[in-house]
Amino acid sequence: MAKREISEINAGSMADIAFLLLIFFLVTTTMDTDTGLIRKLPPVLDEVEPPPPIKERNIFEVLVNANDQLLAEGEYIQVTELRAKVKDFIKSDPSNMDMPEFKETDIPGLGLVAVSKQIISLQNDNGTSYEMYIKVQNELVAAYNELRNEFAQQKFQKSYNELVQQSDASDANKEKMDAVKKFYPQRITEAEPKRVGGSN
Amino acid sequence: MSKFRKKGKKSAPGVNTAALPDIVFMLLFFFMVTTVMRETSLKVENITPKATEVSKLERKSLVAYIYIGKPIKALQAAFGTAPRIQLNDAFKTLEDIPLFVEMEKKERDEVERNKITWSLKVDQKTKMGIVTDVKQELREADALKINYSTKKTDKILNN
Repeated sequence: MAKREISEINAGSMADIAFLLLIFFLVTTTMDTDTGLIRKLPPVLDEVEPPPPIKERNIFEVLVNANDQLLAEGEYIQVTELRAKVKDFIKSDPSNMDMPEFKETDIPGLGLVAVSKQIISLQNDNGTSYEMYIKVQNELVAAYNELRNEFAQQKFQKSYNELVQQSDASDANKEKMDAVKKFYPQRITEAEPKRVGGSN
Repeated sequence: MSKFRKKGKKSAPGVNTAALPDIVFMLLFFFMVTTVMRETSLKVENITPKATEVSKLERKSLVAYIYIGKPIKALQAAFGTAPRIQLNDAFKTLEDIPLFVEMEKKERDEVERNKITWSLKVDQKTKMGIVTDVKQELREADALKINYSTKKTDKILNN
């Protein structure tokens, strides 16, 4: 019997099928990764225990009202001025009695150093716009980040951002990162909002 | 007269398309791997504010989204223009947040439940009142790691 020749499968339309799928995924895809300011909320306290008293000089008070106006330490300022003021406050100054106190702290990698006891208290109104709130939050975080960068650059010849990026790779960098973090701990508290603006 | 004169007309050879499926498949796999399906359709206006100090959210599977804003134009006739909370695909109220938190936690593995980031996607025109209420509910539901979703920008301006 004669051998029957097996005919080849026509693959000419394979490209069409692949194109079809490609276009489907092109349309449904979203490349954007979510970015934002990450925050931790304080847990709910079970008992009403009065918090330990904090000295007035250690607190930097930021108030935002319903008209998106900003009051920092009793002074009416613009958002763009906030960063420099907060930086000065966090850094503190031993000769100035209005600036935060220092506490001798033992930080691994740095030894015994004087860490300022700063706390930033943020209070907003219910009528404050979210845009303004984020701006203020952003400036506060930016102040901490800039200080950490400067400090890390001076101590380790590397910016804090670089240390964070390299912290996964080496333990030495992680230790440095933690040390910088402990030297300038991010302390931002948010008071319960008040309904004073009227509008809501 | 020349030796190299063309003899008659030659048709141009066709382009070889044998490698075309390979190229297309390569692209296809790229998009298949990078794709994330759109999970929810937005029912609220959602233009998030801009900030400079943003960080990326690392694991998408560990992020739960809460949208806040005023309803989109098509739904304003039915729902008005007051800001609303959208969870998954529907408008919800503040009282639904604890349940939402529970459901989202149940969907994840037990070891990862505390690592969920609650991403607040809030429209920039929204007032803080509703945002604070939502934050309070999240606190009470023990959902403490939150993220204010913002876009990256180089500089922020005065109002």
